[in-house]
Amino acid sequence: MKELVCIVCPRGCRLKVDEENGYAVTGNTCPRGAEYGRNEIYSPTRVLTSTVRISGALYPRCPVKTDKAVPKALLLEIMRVLNSVSLASPVKAGTVVLENVDGNGANVIVTKDL
Amino acid sequence: MYDLIIIGGGPAGLAAANSAWENGLRKILIVERDREPGGILNQCIHNGFGLHRFKEELTGPEYAGRFISMVGNTGVEIMTDTMVLEINKEHEVHVISAAEGYRVLKAKSIVLAMGCRERTRGAIAIPGDRPAGVFTAGSAQRYLNMEGYMVGKRVIILGSGDIGLIMARRMTLEGARVLACVEVMPYSGGLMRNIVQCLQDWNIPLYLSHTITDIRAENGRVSHVTVMRVDESRNPVPGTEMEFDCDTVLLSVGLIPENELTRSAGIEMDPRTNGAVVYENMETSAPGIFACGNVVHVHDLVDYVSAESERAGAAAAKYVLDNPCDDPFISVRAGSDIGYTVPMKIRVNRVDKAADVFFRVRRVFRSSVIEVSANGETLFTFKRDHMAPGEMEHILLPRKVLDAAAGKDITVSAREAE
Amino acid sequence: MIYDIAVIGCGVIGAAAAFELSRYRVSLLILEKENDIAMGATRANSAIIHAGYDPKPGTLMAELNVKGNAMAEQLCKDLSVPFSRVGSLVLAFSESEMDTVRELYRRGTENGVPGIRILTADEVFAMEPEVSREVKGALYAPTAGIINPWDYAIAFAETAVVNGAEVKRNAKVTGIDRLGDRYLLHTSAGDFEARYVINAAGTGSEAIHNMVSEKSFTMMPNRGEYYLLDKCEGSRANHVLFQCPNQDGKGVLISPTVGGNLIVGPNAVGTNEPDRPKNTASGMAFVREKAAKTMPSLTYRNSIRNFSGIRANTDQDEFQIGIAAENFIDLAGIKSPGLSSAPAIALKAVELLKECGFTAEVRSDAVTTRKKIRFRALDEDGRRAVIRENPLYGRIICRCETVTEGEIVDAIHSPVPPCSVDGIKRRAGTGMGRCQGGFCGPRVVEILRRELGIGALDILQDGEGSFILKSETKTEVDG
Repeated sequence: MKELVCIVCPRGCRLKVDEENGYAVTGNTCPRGAEYGRNEIYSPTRVLTSTVRISGALYPRCPVKTDKAVPKALLLEIMRVLNSVSLASPVKAGTVVLENVDGNGANVIVTKDL
Repeated sequence: MYDLIIIGGGPAGLAAANSAWENGLRKILIVERDREPGGILNQCIHNGFGLHRFKEELTGPEYAGRFISMVGNTGVEIMTDTMVLEINKEHEVHVISAAEGYRVLKAKSIVLAMGCRERTRGAIAIPGDRPAGVFTAGSAQRYLNMEGYMVGKRVIILGSGDIGLIMARRMTLEGARVLACVEVMPYSGGLMRNIVQCLQDWNIPLYLSHTITDIRAENGRVSHVTVMRVDESRNPVPGTEMEFDCDTVLLSVGLIPENELTRSAGIEMDPRTNGAVVYENMETSAPGIFACGNVVHVHDLVDYVSAESERAGAAAAKYVLDNPCDDPFISVRAGSDIGYTVPMKIRVNRVDKAADVFFRVRRVFRSSVIEVSANGETLFTFKRDHMAPGEMEHILLPRKVLDAAAGKDITVSAREAE
Repeated sequence: MIYDIAVIGCGVIGAAAAFELSRYRVSLLILEKENDIAMGATRANSAIIHAGYDPKPGTLMAELNVKGNAMAEQLCKDLSVPFSRVGSLVLAFSESEMDTVRELYRRGTENGVPGIRILTADEVFAMEPEVSREVKGALYAPTAGIINPWDYAIAFAETAVVNGAEVKRNAKVTGIDRLGDRYLLHTSAGDFEARYVINAAGTGSEAIHNMVSEKSFTMMPNRGEYYLLDKCEGSRANHVLFQCPNQDGKGVLISPTVGGNLIVGPNAVGTNEPDRPKNTASGMAFVREKAAKTMPSLTYRNSIRNFSGIRANTDQDEFQIGIAAENFIDLAGIKSPGLSSAPAIALKAVELLKECGFTAEVRSDAVTTRKKIRFRALDEDGRRAVIRENPLYGRIICRCETVTEGEIVDAIHSPVPPCSVDGIKRRAGTGMGRCQGGFCGPRVVEILRRELGIGALDILQDGEGSFILKSETKTEVDG
């Protein structure tokens, strides 16, 4: 049994997730809470936001993000890969700078025209 | 002569400009002191913006980008790298820039959208040495996300406001060790989502009811910090000292609306919000001068800044295009457990269907009731499952309720549900 | 090279002495142990030019204070240093304190302080509406003034350098040898030789004195803590508001500053760490408690900074000014009213040098004025004019204090160029305001980088070692 606080809305329900029982969720007050609780224990994912180097722009760093949530366990690994990326201005928001960083189709994209 | 000059090209200014354009104004100028529009969103590279507004999660630059392109499709003029030095009630705006020098611009209306600034070490009087390595979280964020520099490697964060929490994660991802987040209040000032994803994900301890009682330096830079538990009156409890070996302290201890221009123009201020006193349409005590966004009161969600600023922009358009009239108003008072309300005054005649009223409660509520009353008589109630000081609340006051007040001031108060 | 004169210490005293000496045809060396000038007692104090009623009649302190005060106005005008003769009040809260006020009046009269008089409580309330209604009367001294102490020292030093003086920073004097008719000064920046030496080493002046002479006084530095409140509080006081002096010094004062802020403090605590100005919870609480007596309505909601200053106090009730050894002048133990006395102490130093046999021709071409553009102090026409001359005066970098890029670039290329963000602050006023450099800090770093051609990671906040940034992001390449 794992306990966690639901972050779907500001209420902050205290969820209990039973890993041995099909990730059954109790303590939630809405279905979204149950889904959150299950995913958070079963396969937690996060959208990663960071920066990469850019030359010729107003600033030397360009903000980027993964275009979908990636497994939490991969975040630091993707951060390391971002160290090797270097862009040249101009870039458009939405431009893909790294493809398929999680082996599951998530790309790293630029989030600002720079 | 401009129809409208907007001071500040952050989220508030951009939304006000777009809405003023949509409502018929054509000579609109945004004056922005930075080198690009977008304001603080440019350094807020994390996601979580726009859930209300766009029904999707955007990063700060993406959210700003949407408004920048909306404004880009209008004829609104944006002057960057330009600072406003002075405004007055005659709607004169003194600006300077390296490119254009000193100019006095005139407008039929003005929207104040200067945003806010961070409270500093000086505002909270942290004892100790005065070395390098003490930053407000926002300055550190700018260095990190825009300039590409790490301000430290071993970090203590004071204050659990959202910027501090976001920086805990960012610094960790970039290789720093965040040793603790320290909060003087018994509850966090940030969103639960950020507590989970920025602290818990990275095993960063959050010490509630604790504060920094000493900062020590070696060779000009922070070297040690003492953290102590505080009692109910926020006084440090002897014997609870914890020592941290660190090189950096980040402060996330609150935001203050930046109203020096407002004050010097003689516009009436509210000591609770540190912003201008505003009417239902975001007009200040100076006719034709409106204010919106964090310069009025500090918001937690940019989505609400945009909505409020669109009302201000529309109201400025109405002011310019229709003849302004001097309608009677009622005051909105903050009743029990309410910190402040925005607006503070409502001109009932001007309210179409309903008036937006924003406020903050003073303590955490579970199941509760927001009560609107006049002359001791309850006019309307709203139910809430959860309210906290860190989360701005919003009610829509129907015109009929305002009419029922019959010219009397109304009071907004909060209480537990029975 | 053998210098004619070496000045040890470049606080306001050393700088004023150097300024005065730079009027003569001499080679002049100024040695400063820190990486910038005005880093000791000059850096953090009440920023007051005292009228001179406080020191005991007949002392050098009394004489030099009154004289220094009289000199300040013209000097500040000539050197473009912010100064304002706002006047001061010593408030009495009881009949016995009225006796003290009367005693100060007698001293002031004897010291030759112009225009002092004793005010009734009503007169005080008319002049200072926010003071406590417990006030029974006050001593009014119209000649007291407020100043920017850093800029006073920096203006003296810059002008001395324009006249040919050399400033060596990071040059802590570690030993002094007598070599025939000259002194050999060993410093952390190498050895230097000079015929005459002036000891203006502040809290270090006892150590320097003892290198050439018998111990004759003991340094007992103390620390004083302050609050600086935002400009919206600046008009709470129209004059420098003192309480009656006691055994701990002049007590907690409330005063407007030349920058338009309100300064509150200090306490006075002995310290054995004169290089460590720190704030303490108890010190700040003491200041709040004492200040409340003068002005019960005072709040700290708009506090923008706390700071702490070190004073070069000694066991003696007098400045330690004199000939310490052959051709070696002490300007030592300069405690309050040292800042007020600085230009008069400098004249005294020249007099003492002459007693030692120093002779030099006065230069007819000596520079005695300094021009400095302060954008925020200009009117609209003045602002237009300077921007036309240089567009960088049209770009505001510090929004709280309205400091332009032009002023920052001026500071970077000034005669005693700063090497840190706080060095720019002391010269241009950036980061002095309510955001305390939160917004302008990164911009100032960028301008320093550009103008000096150095890396951002090498830029200091203030003293040696105070690096702002630790590393660049995205430098660890994958693999």
